[in-house]
Formats: sequence, C-alpha cells, structure tokens
Amino acid sequence: MIRTFYDEMYDAGGVVRPHYREFARWLGEAPPELLAQRRREADLLFHRAGITFTLYGDEQGTERLIPFDTIPRSIPASEWRVVERGCIQRVKALNMFLADLYHDQRIIKAGIIPAEQVLANEQYQLAMQGLNLHRDLYSHISGVDLVRDGDGTYYVLEDNLRTPSGVSYMLEDRKMMMRLFPELFAAQRIAPIDHYPNLLLDTLKSSSPLDNPSVVVLTPGRFNSAFFEHAFLAREMGVELVEGADLFVRDDRVFMRTTDGPKAVDVIYRRLDDAFLDPLAFNPDSMLGVPGLLAAYRSGNVVLANAIGTGVADDKSVYPFVTDMIRFYLDEEPILKNVPTWQCRKPEELSHVLANLGDLVVKETQGSGGYGMLVGPASTAAEIESFRARLKAKPHAYIAQPTLCLSTCPTFVENGIAPRHIDLRPFVLAGRETRVVPGGLTRVALREGSLVVNSSQGGGTKDTWVVED
Amino acid sequence: MLSRTASDLYWMSRYLERAENLARMLDVSYSLSLMPQDGRGDGLNEIAMPLLITGTLDDYLERHGDLHAERLLHFFALDAENPASIFSCLGAARASAHAVRGRITADMWENINATYLEIRGIAEQGLSRYGMSRFCEWVKERSHLFRGATYGTIMRNDAFRFIRLGTFIERADNTLRMLDARYEMLELRGPSANAAADSSAAGYYQWSALLRALSSFEAYTEVYRDAPGARQVAELLLLRADIPRSLRACLEELDIILASLPGANGRPAQRLAAELDARLRYTGIDEILDEGLHEWLNEFIPLLAQLGSVIHTSYLEAA
Repeated sequence: MIRTFYDEMYDAGGVVRPHYREFARWLGEAPPELLAQRRREADLLFHRAGITFTLYGDEQGTERLIPFDTIPRSIPASEWRVVERGCIQRVKALNMFLADLYHDQRIIKAGIIPAEQVLANEQYQLAMQGLNLHRDLYSHISGVDLVRDGDGTYYVLEDNLRTPSGVSYMLEDRKMMMRLFPELFAAQRIAPIDHYPNLLLDTLKSSSPLDNPSVVVLTPGRFNSAFFEHAFLAREMGVELVEGADLFVRDDRVFMRTTDGPKAVDVIYRRLDDAFLDPLAFNPDSMLGVPGLLAAYRSGNVVLANAIGTGVADDKSVYPFVTDMIRFYLDEEPILKNVPTWQCRKPEELSHVLANLGDLVVKETQGSGGYGMLVGPASTAAEIESFRARLKAKPHAYIAQPTLCLSTCPTFVENGIAPRHIDLRPFVLAGRETRVVPGGLTRVALREGSLVVNSSQGGGTKDTWVVED
Repeated sequence: MLSRTASDLYWMSRYLERAENLARMLDVSYSLSLMPQDGRGDGLNEIAMPLLITGTLDDYLERHGDLHAERLLHFFALDAENPASIFSCLGAARASAHAVRGRITADMWENINATYLEIRGIAEQGLSRYGMSRFCEWVKERSHLFRGATYGTIMRNDAFRFIRLGTFIERADNTLRMLDARYEMLELRGPSANAAADSSAAGYYQWSALLRALSSFEAYTEVYRDAPGARQVAELLLLRADIPRSLRACLEELDIILASLPGANGRPAQRLAAELDARLRYTGIDEILDEGLHEWLNEFIPLLAQLGSVIHTSYLEAA
C-alpha cells in the first residue's frame, strides 16, 4: 500500500511552504559543520543542565536525555488559531462532562453515553460524586495530542487530563533554540511561550476561592521519570516542590513540614496519580501520598489540580464520545476531528477489527506512554497473531483506529536530513479563563517509518513555532 | 522552608565539603608517602592513613585483604562500592542537589552536575592515568567553584544558611580529625610532641603537609615566622578565628547562622553552638596541651557530632 504523508516543510510538489521559507533559506546557507557543532553543543548543554528523564523498567534508574532535534516544527499563525480554538473548545466540553458526570449525569440520561461506559470505568471515582469544585473545574491542566493525516487535517489522537507532562521540554527546547540560533528569531516573528509558568501559577491560584492561596507542586520523588519537570515548574513558579512525606493532614487541613513549623497548603498541583494520593482512601500500599488528603479535599479545604477522577474523561473508551459532548454541552460543532475509532467491546466492531488487524492501530483503553499497543502495518505476522489472542480474551480493554499517515517534518538523522513522523501536544490551562500558549510540544519518532513518538520508545522533541504569516 | 529541602541542602554541602576534605587528606598522605620513610619504607602506612582517619580501613581490609598502594588509593578515591569514597560523596552531593534543584540556582546545579559527570569520566580512566595530585587538585577546584557559584548567585535566605551550616559542621569535624591523625603519627615516632621533636625533619614534613592540606601554610608562616610545631599548629587550627578552616572560625560561623534561623524549635541547636563557640573563645592553647591534645580533640569531636544531631532534630526532621 502506498501512503502519502503530509510534510510540514514541503508541499506535494517539493516546494517549501511559505511559513518555512525563512528557515529553509537559513538552513541552505548554514555550513554543515556549524550545524553539527551546534547540535553537539545542544547535547552538552542539555546534559549539563540535567534535562533528563528516567525510563521505567530500567533497574539502574539511568537518567537519559530526550533527543532534541534542531529543525523546528513550524505552524502558520492562521492555522494555529483554529487549533487553539479547537483545543479550548474540547477542554471546556470535557470539564463540563466531568462536572455533569459527578453530579446530575444529564448526558447519560439523554442517552448520549451509555451508563456502563463511564460508571463501570475504573477511572470513575465514587468519592467525587456530588462534590462541588470551585469554578466547576476538574482538568486545570490538559494536554491534547494532535496528529495530521495525509491531507494535513488535524485530528485529536487523545486527551490527557490526569497529569500530562512534557511542558518543560517545550520550554527548554525554545530556550535552547534561542541560545543556539538567535538569528532565526530576529528574522521572523515567532510567538513567545516563556510565560507558561506564569499562566500556570495564575491558573492554579484561580482554582482556589482564596485571594492568595499557598500553592505547592506534589511530586512522587526524584526517581520519577518526570522529576525534572516537577522541579522545573516549581522553580519557575517560585513555589515549594513537595513529596507526600512533606505534607500531613490535621483537622481536615493540609500542612507542610517546614524548618519553621507547619505551614498551611491551599492548592496542590499534583503530579501523582489518583491511586497514590491518599493511602487511607486509595492504594493502601502507597508510600507517595498523604494520609487523610481525600478527607481534606472533600471538606473543600484544599484544591487538587487536576481533580481526582478526571481519568474517566480521557479514557480511550470514552474518547469516541468527545465530539458528541461538544455538541451536547456547548451546542457547537467540534472544531477538531476525532480519529475514527472502533470500540472492541461491541461485537460487530470487534469482528471488523479482527478482520483488519494488519491495517489498524490497536490500543489499550487504559494504556499510555506507547506501551501495550499494536501498530498493524509495522508488525510481523507473529506479533499480530499474539495480539489477536489478547484482543479476543479482553475485547473491552481495547480500541482500534486506522493507521494514520502522521505528518512528517525534516529531521537530522545519521546521514543528513530526512522526514520523520511527528505529533503535537498543546497544553491547555483552565482557570478564570481557558488559555493555551502558542504551539506546544512536538514529539518526533526518530526511527525511520516509526509512528510512535513517545520518549520511552525512542522519540525525540523539536521546538514548535507559531509563525506570524 | 520545607524540612526535607533544608535537609537536602545541608547534606548536599556536607557531602561536597567532605569530598573536598577527603581530597585534602589524600593529597597530604600521598605526598608524604613519596618521602623517604622510616620502617618499611614503602609509604603504605601513609597511604592507609586517610582510611584510618575516616574509619574505613576495616572495610578495605575485608574487601581487599592486604594493603596495596594502588588498591588503597582507588578504594578511597573512586570506588563506587565504597560509600565513603570521594566518588560516592560527590554522587551523594549531586543526588541531594538533584532533589532540590528547584531551590538552588541553575549555576549551582549545572556546576555540581558537571562535577558528577566528570568524575564518572575520571573513574573510567582510572586514577593512575589521570594522576593522583591532579585528581586531588581537581576535587578541590570543583568544590571551590561550587562555593563560588553559591556565593555569587543564591539568594541570602534560609536555603543559603542551611547550605553553609552543612559546610561548616563538616569542615570543623575534618580539621579536628586531620590534626589528631598527624599528632598521633608523630607520637608514634618520638617520645612526645615537644618542641625538640617538632624541629626534627619528620616533624617538619608532617606539620607542613598538614598545613598545606588545610590551605593554612601561608597563614602559619605569616603569623609565627617559625618552623611548624605542634603547639603553634594546634593553636592556629583550633583557636584562631581568622583561619577559615580552623575550629574556632567554623564554630563562629555555625553560631551566627543558627542564631539567624527562624523558629523556636531551633533553640537546642542554637544554645549548643553558642556554648561551644564561647568555650573556644575563652580557651588558651596551654590549657589544651595540659589536658593533652589527643584527649582534648577526642572530647570535642563527639560534641560536634552532638551539634549535628540537634540540628537534625531541630530543623531537618521538624514539624
């Protein structure tokens, strides 16, 4: 089967797209030695700064660099405005869905989403039922993963409403590009993104009814794969980075242990999954959480961002209904498309999936990080057969989608520059208002032909430009 | 400030100071081991000295059996399996810095991270290829650089104070142990560390090596204009407030820093530091020598350990 890919830099005729012209001219004139030297410099700087992540399953806890590619992903401003509106629309609807789900459940009563689809979902948290949250916000920080198909249309691949990560790479990639190639930023107008931590702090503060709440970032600890990001954001916002053991609950109020005695905490930007938050309420073996946190939360004495129980809205089995949510809650047509999705729990859709496994991408509804998925066209017959068995055994745990022809962007590889597949994760902040900094994190699959961009699977990142056209 | 953060900052600087001090110990022993020796003449007693001071000789013997110069040096400097090696100290300092990288400046973090990355490279090469003296210089230099980055960039807040607390408590302890070890070495050789023994060649080299290791040789000659001897070296390193690595200077700093930390829970630490500082301030060298230098030092070392432990209970495990 011949696939046609949408390339971000070149059109089908091989001509440079207008918003890349300035960059392409610069790239053509830059001596290859200079580019190679700057790439080495970038590696060194990232290493020195310790901008690393840890791979799960790596016993040594080795810190690795995420490969950084110096060719930016560029988006024309007019195109970005549509993406931005689409992301905001989507996150608004998802927040309304969560508020509805944990209160009146109008959407279930209206027959738009089957009750068992959400109420029997592992991510649905009974503890949230009937609890009122300030501004009715559940997902304060969301990551919307976007890809482009062969004709350049943007599709939402998934929503991330639990603890989306990667924003530190977005910011560090930009810093690195400005340090290595300042001339590029003088030659054209590229929308700035450095104010993200400011917006984040503002969002977190506005999630509390208090005037000047005390905000902390809660990390699972220095061995977590995203610890760098947690420390980075705490530092940039000027708030404390705490671990579970630094907090305690007394009389349904949360305090942190300081050298000057206990200090009250009002807002927790938690980068810890629901299950680990409170050993008294969830996983009793969790050493990472804070005993009594849920009780304090339910008393309204502390804000968790994101709220508990948002996972039910970004679950892959709920994903197919998001476009309907937008119509139901906002009475608007969805600006961004969903990827067509077969739900394997439905027998007629399962049989279609089983008959076409070689052409489809099959994902676990609960999975993330690119683990436990099948990319049909890239798999061997044996891999497909073993996956078929798993699928038949637990059909409700899977969805399937057509293999998208993810767009490509020129990327430095072993021998020169070659197109590699990319995606895009804009970060949406919902507080007093809903905002997105221009661009987002672009991840690139560095292996030739690979469609998996996750850093745990050998993906890299690129700076993402929104260029005034 | 979070107690855990304070603890990480404190241990970050303690481990870094310890790495620096270990390099100083190693430097003095290595250079003395190259001198013509009494007895066995292979310099092994000298090379084993840093292990004796740090109480790691038994671990070494358990792992390696007999004394062997190259293995001793490797064990002490670069062995990742030895939790007390310079390598492990720098690793621990870096791990603590990593945990609080949000509370230290980028200059500080990048400096300590680069140090760690570099020592891994040195460990791959091996000490003999890198060069012993060069290695000791390198460790000291990295520590100086980090301190410079700290003084030059970090806000003068509690983070800064806990960092300095760690530095001075570690340094005070180290000065006492190094002084004690050199004194013992001379005691073993001569009848007593009186003026006559001091003026022997062995005494001269022992004391001047110690002074150089503690970066106090220039200060000594300026203050005393005399060949180094036990009485004056002890006075310089214990009682003079103007010698940055002296016990008195460290305690003065500790007293001031502790007094400026907020919170009523710090009183036991503040009181003990003030008591120790006052005691030194009003002690003369003759009193110390009358009691016996070794006895006096071995009375003071546990007091410092006690100060370390009240700092822990007062601030680092607070609330």
